[in-house]
Amino acid sequence: MDRNQSRWQVALMRQSLFDQGYLDEQFIQLEELQDDANPNFVEEIVTLHYRDSSRLISNIEQNLERNPLDFDKLDNIMHQFKGSSSSIGGKKVKAECTLFRDYCRAENGEGCMKTFQQLKKEYAALRKKLEAYFQLAKQAGPTETACRSK
Amino acid sequence: MCFWLRFLYWVFGIFRMNLSNGKGSMSTASSSAAWKAADVVSDQFPEGLRVLVVDDDPTCLMILEKMLRTCHYEVTKCNRAEVALSLLRENRNGFDIVISDVHMPDMDGFKLLEHIGLEMDLPVIMMSADDGKSVVMKGVTHGACDYLIKPVRIEALRNIWQHVVRKRKNEWKDLEQSGSVEEGDRHQKPSEDADYSSSANEGSWRSSKKRKDEEEEADERDDTSTLKKPRVVWSVELHQQFVAAVNQLGIDKAVPKKILELMNVPGLTRENVASHLQKYRLYLRRLSGVSHHQGNLNNSFISQQEAAFGPISSLNGLDLQALAASGQLPAQSLATLQAAGLSRSTAKSGISMPLVDQGNVFSFQNPKLRFGEVQQQNTSNGKPMNLLHGIPTTMEPKQLANLHQSAQSLGSLNLRANAPGAQSNPLLMQIAQPQSRGQLINEHTGGHVTRIPSSMGQLPNGISSNVLGRNMIADNGRGAAYNPVPQTSSVLSFPMNQATELPVSGFPLGSTPGITGLAAKGSFQEDVNSDIKGSGDFVPSYDIFNELQQTKSHDWGLQNVGLTFDASQHANPLQGNIDVSSSILVHQGFSSNQQSGQHCNASSVGKTMFSSGEGIEQANPQHFGQHFNTLLGNSQRVKAERIPDASSQSTVFPEQYGQEDLMSALLRQQEGIATADSEFDFDGYSMDNIPV
Repeated sequence: MDRNQSRWQVALMRQSLFDQGYLDEQFIQLEELQDDANPNFVEEIVTLHYRDSSRLISNIEQNLERNPLDFDKLDNIMHQFKGSSSSIGGKKVKAECTLFRDYCRAENGEGCMKTFQQLKKEYAALRKKLEAYFQLAKQAGPTETACRSK
Repeated sequence: MCFWLRFLYWVFGIFRMNLSNGKGSMSTASSSAAWKAADVVSDQFPEGLRVLVVDDDPTCLMILEKMLRTCHYEVTKCNRAEVALSLLRENRNGFDIVISDVHMPDMDGFKLLEHIGLEMDLPVIMMSADDGKSVVMKGVTHGACDYLIKPVRIEALRNIWQHVVRKRKNEWKDLEQSGSVEEGDRHQKPSEDADYSSSANEGSWRSSKKRKDEEEEADERDDTSTLKKPRVVWSVELHQQFVAAVNQLGIDKAVPKKILELMNVPGLTRENVASHLQKYRLYLRRLSGVSHHQGNLNNSFISQQEAAFGPISSLNGLDLQALAASGQLPAQSLATLQAAGLSRSTAKSGISMPLVDQGNVFSFQNPKLRFGEVQQQNTSNGKPMNLLHGIPTTMEPKQLANLHQSAQSLGSLNLRANAPGAQSNPLLMQIAQPQSRGQLINEHTGGHVTRIPSSMGQLPNGISSNVLGRNMIADNGRGAAYNPVPQTSSVLSFPMNQATELPVSGFPLGSTPGITGLAAKGSFQEDVNSDIKGSGDFVPSYDIFNELQQTKSHDWGLQNVGLTFDASQHANPLQGNIDVSSSILVHQGFSSNQQSGQHCNASSVGKTMFSSGEGIEQANPQHFGQHFNTLLGNSQRVKAERIPDASSQSTVFPEQYGQEDLMSALLRQQEGIATADSEFDFDGYSMDNIPV
């Protein structure tokens, strides 16, 4: 009973992440890769992503403090960050990345900075949500984090 | 698993176990053997495919690894390009395919791609979150066999094995072709002369004899190829030796044969050098920008093809120029065709370039492809010439030489039906020789066919379908090799409605024995014969052909047959001819049977071409040129390349003839090529003589 309830909650939470636009299809791709050999695959990937991308975030921050701004470099770093975010299915974060890159190409420093702030917010928000999600999923029990039928 | 086994059978005609059969019924058997010899695995293919993944992003790397493992591939991860290169160098045959990110901190992904292409000749897939057209184009021009957009889905990775198979198949074919070409040369020369001198009527016994010889040779070749499919590892030292040799000869004069001699490396074959040269040229082209000979080529086409061909054209100046001069095919046509066909056209200025590039650039292409391209281009002459230049270089030494010549001869022949250049003659002769290698050619064609289809992919014309149909059938007769044919067909159609078809038909005819249906050996012949005969229109006008014959002794045997198409068709020479051509081609194909199959096609095509050529002067010659080139190329083994030619032709034709013309032109080329094969003894006109 309890178990079922927990699982139900996990499923709900998961669905809301999609509904609210935090996650996209790619996340489902990751879920599908999860199997008995790698029962926590999705969580591992997300953890790895956050660990690795934090250095990209600080890299961008440093570059945004320069004067004048090196847009090419910023664009470059953001390109990498975007690739990483998209691979875990971070939809909102990815959108901010795209916006940031547009501003870079337009050489709009203001736009870049504003977007970056927004990006950091989304980045942090997703992280929290996913952490909560994984936590709940672990409590609910090993099976279905992915409800998708194969 | 069952599926894969069936697939293997289908593709290669022989399951590994049957390698020992060598030739076997399917020419592809040897290919399968060769393939087998390659590193790919087992019955469970594509399971166990050894993939090397290179990406600096650890998240992506881990995801890719998991995805590939899920596909049952063997994965090796690498987060630095340098490390990846050294891994590849240390384990020369340790990997089947490489997947690399474009943006990496220590080395640009494209650079890595180039290195791998030059040194190891493995298929490389590029990936990036960047899906901009220019980046994707860059991947194409640098020789990537595919380009994936991140985030990568597992579905995209499931089929990467196709690149490995394709490459192997092409390599194998190259091997065969080069082998056969050589043998063909040796054997053909005397017989060609003999055949040439004999009248069409008498030729039959000789043809059959030739055919037999060729078959034997083919068998031998098959055995050898089956036994080993050497994959040369281009170590740094070896590459340096290669570069030194090339520089010594001069990039323009650097032909595989001479390079091989200069390098003096035991165990290295001309084919190895040729394919490496192809890549190297591509690489140089990229370095120097693609500008070169573009000027000659019509700009319209070029836009598509630009990229790679510039340098190439300069490289081969030879006959191509002559052809160019004589040829009226607008380079543009070729280019367009090629571009179209290749789907990835690099938009280089030259016509040839695109084709060539494609071959080269996409490492997955075989040199043959390039070769084919060259041929096609030759026909167009003007600009196409460049193509030829480029192409031959990329091709393997033998093939290149042959193709070049063939292309040229064809081009010359076609273009100036009346004034075959000296070039044509020797070329034709040469081409004829390779052609005798029926089997090889067939195989090559097969190889090309596959290639082409991938690049071309579309067949719009109805005609083509007819032609193809024929070819297809033929193919089936032949065996696995023919699979490609269908593809080619599509490819051919792609460029131009008609053209596409033609190329296909031409192509298969010439190059792949099975494909054109002609090769099919016999079943079609009957049909064709009747078709041909039926086509009253095609009264052989020997004049042109005769001339051609002179240039090329054997090849034109078939020409006679082709002549039947007759110039009378002028107005719409091609249109009317197309059917005929097809039939003839088919017919021809049969005459030569195995080997001739290809040739026949060539000849028939050639014939068709001639007819139209007569009628339509410029337009025709060009077509022919192209066709012939294509035919020659195809017979030679350039199958893949033919397709581009077809396209080019298409472009040329549309202006004048419309699809049908192209088709016929293509067919003619095929015939032309076929004719080169001395086996055919077509008495010019009577189909009866065509041995079935």
